[in-house]
Order: sequence, then C-alpha cells, then structure tokens
Amino acid sequence: MKEIEIHAQPDLLHEGEIASDIRTEELLVNMGPQHPSTHGVLRVVLVTDGELILKATPHIGYLHRCAEKIAENVSYRQYTPYTDRMDYLAAMNNNLGFALAVEKMGGIEVPERAQYLRVIFAELNRIASHLVAVGSYGLDMGAFTPFLYCFREREWIVDLFESVCGARLTYSYITIGGVREDIPEGFVSQCKEFLDFFEPKIREYNDLLSYNHIFINRTGNVGVCPADMAIGYGLTGPCLRGSGVKWDLRKNTPYCKYDEFDFDVPVGDGRFGAVGDCWDRYFVRVMEMTQSVRIVRQALERLSDGPVSAKVPRMLKLPAGEIYFEVENPRGQLGFYIVSEGGNSPYRLKVRGPSFCNLSVLEGLAKNCLLADIAAMIGSLDVVMGEVDR
Amino acid sequence: MQTFERPKIEYTGISKTIAEIAVVVAKIAGPILRRLAWFVFFGVIIFGCAFVWAVGRFVNPLVPWIVRDIIVVAGGLGFVSLVAMVGIWGERKVSGHIQSRLGPMRTGGWHGWLQSLADGLKFVQKEDLIPASADQPLFRLAPYIALVPVICAYVVIPFGASWVFRDRDVSLLFVLAMLGIEVLGVILGGWASNSKWSLYGAMREACQLVSYEIPMGLSLLVPVMAVGSISLVQMGKAQSGGWFNWLMFQNPFLFFAFFTYYIASLASCKRAPFDLPEGESELVAGFHTEYSGFRFVMFFFAEYAAMFAVSAIATIVFLGGWNSPVGDATSGPLWFVAKGMFLVWVQMWIRWTLPRIRIDQVMHACVKYLLPFTMILFVGSSVWQLYGSQFIFYTRFILGGLGLVMVGLFLAGAGYGYVNRGRLVGRLARKHLPGA
Repeated sequence: MKEIEIHAQPDLLHEGEIASDIRTEELLVNMGPQHPSTHGVLRVVLVTDGELILKATPHIGYLHRCAEKIAENVSYRQYTPYTDRMDYLAAMNNNLGFALAVEKMGGIEVPERAQYLRVIFAELNRIASHLVAVGSYGLDMGAFTPFLYCFREREWIVDLFESVCGARLTYSYITIGGVREDIPEGFVSQCKEFLDFFEPKIREYNDLLSYNHIFINRTGNVGVCPADMAIGYGLTGPCLRGSGVKWDLRKNTPYCKYDEFDFDVPVGDGRFGAVGDCWDRYFVRVMEMTQSVRIVRQALERLSDGPVSAKVPRMLKLPAGEIYFEVENPRGQLGFYIVSEGGNSPYRLKVRGPSFCNLSVLEGLAKNCLLADIAAMIGSLDVVMGEVDR
Repeated sequence: MQTFERPKIEYTGISKTIAEIAVVVAKIAGPILRRLAWFVFFGVIIFGCAFVWAVGRFVNPLVPWIVRDIIVVAGGLGFVSLVAMVGIWGERKVSGHIQSRLGPMRTGGWHGWLQSLADGLKFVQKEDLIPASADQPLFRLAPYIALVPVICAYVVIPFGASWVFRDRDVSLLFVLAMLGIEVLGVILGGWASNSKWSLYGAMREACQLVSYEIPMGLSLLVPVMAVGSISLVQMGKAQSGGWFNWLMFQNPFLFFAFFTYYIASLASCKRAPFDLPEGESELVAGFHTEYSGFRFVMFFFAEYAAMFAVSAIATIVFLGGWNSPVGDATSGPLWFVAKGMFLVWVQMWIRWTLPRIRIDQVMHACVKYLLPFTMILFVGSSVWQLYGSQFIFYTRFILGGLGLVMVGLFLAGAGYGYVNRGRLVGRLARKHLPGA
C-alpha cells in the first residue's frame, strides 16, 4: 500500500502571534445515504484532511425490512419471494440457498433435471450479477461506457430469465423441491447463442477497462486487503479470492452437482500491485464470468429429460431441529440458519449476508487514502445494500 | 399492451395561427426536405461559402463600423449559443453511439436535433433555488463570472483573415487570460454553495487549472516563437498554402507541442479524464452540486463554449486556422469551424472512453511529465530554429505525411465502424428501433 504520511500540525503555527488564532481541524463529511457511488443507501462518515481520508465509518440500516422476522410468520414456501429481495442482483442464487437449506432439513430429494437447471440459472445469474459489478465499478472510476456494454449483455440474460419465469429481477424460480416450471422450447439453443456471443465480449471489457492504464493506476495498490485480514474480517466470495485465498464452496463443499463440472477457482495474483488490492478483487469477477460460462455449457449438455420438481406439500412441515447451510453467491457465502419447532414456519431464521460481512472491512481498508479511493474500495467490495440490511 | 395518450393541447389566439402555419409548412416542407436531404446539406455549405465570400467582398467595406460591430456582437453571441447547443446535443449523440445506444431520437424529428433547446426550456422553467445557508450574492454572481469571460474570449478569435471582431497584437494572451478567469467563477460557486462537496470540487478545480495553465502556456509559446507574433491573425496568415504549411508540421517539436497543448486544454476545460472538479462518482456533482435551473445552464454553456474556444486556439495556432488543406479557399470560416468542431469531437471521444484520474495523479502528470516535456519542446524548438533551417523544407512533408497517415487511420476506423454498425449496435436497439 502506498504510504501517505499524515503531517502533524506544524509547530510554527503555535509560535507566531498572528498564527495563534488560526486553528485547523479535520473536516467531517457525510458520504451518503444518497451518493452516486455508495451503491444504494450506504452512509459513510468520512473524517478528512483535505483530500486525505483519515477514517471512514460505514453506517447501515437504511434499507432494513425485517426480512428475518417475516420468515417467522409465513410458511416455508411463501418465504422464497422474500429471499429474492435480499440480494436483488442475484435472486436465483438466494432462492437456491434457501431451497437447499429447507430441502436438507426436510430430506427432500430433488430430481436430476431440476438440479442441472438450478446450476444453469445460478451461474447465468452469477454472470449477470458480475456484469453489474464490473460495469458499475467502471462507473465509479469515471468510465461510463463499459457500464452500458455490461448492461447490454445483462439484458440478454434477463430476457432469458423472463422467457423462463416471467420476471426480470425477482424470479422466485428455484423453489423448494426443484424449480417452478420447465424451460420453454428452444431455451437451450438461445442460451448457447448467448454464451457464444458473450464469451468474446469479456476480452473487449479487458481491453476497454481492465488493462486500461488509468484504471490500473486507480485500482492497483489501492485498498490492499491481505489474506489474513480478509479471513479475519470474514470476507467471502470474490473479495476473499481477490486476496489470494483459494476458497470456493462450489469446489470445497460441493452442492447441487457442482462436483461433476470442470472449472477453475480464479484467485487474485497481485499483477498490478499487492495481492488483494482493488484491481485483484475486480479481476476475479471478470475471470469468474469465464468459469461460469464453462459451467453453463457443461450443464446444458448434461440436461436430461425428467420431472423438474419433487412432490412437496403446499404446507411444508419441517422436523424440529436446526440447520445451517451456505451456498456460494456472486458476492460470497450466503448462509441460512433455520430453527424449526416442527411447525409450518421457522421458529427463527437467520441469514448470513455476504455483503454485510464484506462491508465490515471498509473501515479497516479506508485509512490514509484519498477521497477518490473510497469509491474504488466500495465498488470493489461490490455490496448490495438490500442484503446488508435485509 | 398499455398505450398512453398525450393530452391534447388547446391553442387559442395567435398561438393557434402559429401552430396552424407550422402544421401546413411541416406538411409541405417535411417530405421535400427528407427527400432532398443531401442536396440541402451541400446547398447549405455552398450557400454558406457564397455568403461568406459576399460579406467579405461587398458588405464589410461599406457599412459603418458601429453597425458592423453590433451585427458582429449579435452574431458572435448567437454563434457561442449555437456552439454550446450543438455541443450538448453532439455530446449526447456521440456518447450514445459510442455506448451502442441511439441517444436522443425524438425531439425535433431528425435524430433529436432539437434536444438541447428542449433541455434549455426545461431548465428555464425550473424553480430558482438557492440553499438557505448559501452566500446569496456570490452564489448569484458565480455563473456570470464563469460564462462572460468565455464569451469575451471569442472577441479576438479570428474565423477568417478578415473575420475577426478585434484584431489585437496580444490576442492569444487575451484568450488565455479570459479562459483563466473562468476558474474564479467556479471557485466562487463552490464556496458560495456552502456545501462540502462543492468546496471539494472548487478546490480541485483551482489546483488543477492553475497547474495546467503552465504547460498550456509553454506549449503555446513554441508556435509563437516559430511565427514571431502572438496575434492570432498573424499566426493564421503565416500558415496559408496547404496542409504542409501548417505550424504543427513545421518541426518535430511543434508536432508534439500540439499534443501537449491538447492534453493541457482538456484539463483546463475540466474534460475527462481530468473531470475531477465535477467527478460525479466522488463529489456528487462537484462545484455545481447546489446549482439548478438557469444558473446551472450557465455553467454548462460556459463549459461547452470553453471547449470550442480551446479547440479554436489549437486550430489557429497549430492546424492552419481558416486555411484549407489544399491551397486557398474563400470559405475560410467554414474550414475553421469544421476543424474546431473536429477537435471538440475528439474531446467527447476521449471523455466517453477513459476513466477518471485521481487528484494526486493529475498533479504528478502535470509536474513530473507534462511540464518538463513542454520545457524540452520549448528549448528544442528554439535550437531547431537557430540551426535546423536547412531541414525545414523536408521536415514539413515528413511530418505532414505522418499527420495524413493519422487522419487516414482515423477515417479507416470510422469507416469500419460505419460499415459494421449493425453488428456494433446493441441487440435491444435493433429489436425495438429497426432501421435506426
């Protein structure tokens, strides 16, 4: 990390008579809750000395909707739409996490076709979510154009989702026991067409943004989070892998047939600075998009005929007990902790939001940096406030 | 499918007559214009050439100077407004096409050409809002201080050998001075807003512009030394007779001085990648965070007018001003505007391609790289003029050829983009707006 020395108050000021009434102090700036680069309603209180940030404290809670408390009042199947609203950029993955937790507790067997469909949609949604992250990171750095290119590609994925489940943002497609309905005719060829179109585009983003000299100067060596610090703060997902830790739940504790697929876990290598800087976290997302394309291609080939959902009663009752299940979301590990007393709805449901834990590191990173670096750090952590506050 | 009906507007009195006349004219003239679009395009150019020639030949010597001045001032103001409006519309179209969008397409018919007028009308109608804790007089004063000097800079800019409002010996200095005053307006605006983000933007602007004035002035000194005059008219006259006589191609140092000047001028116009004073992802909107309505429009106008002003200086000083690339032409002002607009377009191109630089990198780039480089150019150019006179004749053709190659590469790229525009445009645009 580039050392920026904070100059102490010059002693000269206290000597002269004229200067004795001059007093300097830090400037307190409120960044947010309405600010273009806080990705929603995050509020960061900055203690600044000119352009220099001495301390940055994130304040959260502006989007709290009691999503966990609501779970205690609705049945398990009714809760799926609420998981959509947590990480609204990766609703499929949220659905998947909740469905897997409930299925594991209730011992529900999911048909094979549904499992592959789940993988396809989770990975497509991972691509869509990373596209938003990459594009809006360019926006934070002042490059407007990559943002619209990314959204152009994301639009296609959203169109695919719309053809399957009718929704473009909050899908509720992956439900307990499988998926809600089968894919329409011609979906597989459309999906392959998209993948063929999309894969070369990643190179375009790299040419336009990733390897841009200005972009590297803005992000390399900025917001360095070493591996021990990342583990200490409980970072997961691309933020952890950007620090060089090879940990991916899809590889380490495979669920949902992920062990059948051939894919790599990209990690940050500190190519343009220290390991774990903003550029690494950003570039891990770009590389993960390539891996997701590989997974979707393999899953499309293995897709066989059969039912897409197990028989699950409308009023599902889970046995008394508790369970904690984690899945690999685009932003990190999303965990569901369900305590059941044997009724229709959980006694308590706790969600471990990856954005919440990833955001906690901001205070540790944002010390003695410049004002523009705050936007770079928040963007590289890629938080979704809907999930931080739940 | 949902459809929305526009509310019918009832016209009465004189506006009814105007609306009826407009409908009749549009019914007759619209299809004709559309069919004869290319003829109209070239017709306007030919008519413009004839008009420019006739005014210079017959009108200028005859009318008394006071009448001429009034006409020129009105024309100058009109031109500045036109440049700003075309610039704003062009910015939106350029950004749209770079980002595989279409940009404004509806207002005014052909490719939304009336969009900036509609924007302006919207801004004028807005509430005149001044924050309660703002410094009222300064807050009101700041937009004028930003806009008026930029318009003043146009007083000495020659659009042709005889197309200049006031030909002064020090016209280049005058333009630079006027562009320098613009900083004061921005600092005042940022200070008077009494918002921390505005203050940040104003301070950034101050430190950035003051530093970049030095390399900008130094790189302008190189051509000044080559010509031996700081009168813009003299500099333009010295470059007649073809593209290889343009100052940019006279020696290698001048060639690079053009680029250093252009980079410094980007910084002095607050254009990307130097748009820190208003960097929206860091400072919300920088110095004009608290401005709205017409005051904001004035800042906006000042920015676009300044963009053309610095491009106009680059055109006169480096790119031959009103002289055409091949021999002499009577349509000097049109060549001048075309070159200036091309440079403005390049500014937009850069803006929509590059990310923003951080403030410390901005200062590093200026003090560590740009400033020493322009100093070397300055010294090198003077040495060249002392000892290199026998090479000059051939140098201009070599460098001119290099310039031609660059223009050729640009045209090839643009042609490739135009031929493949169907592939480059987004899937959505193709789906929803076929034929666009």
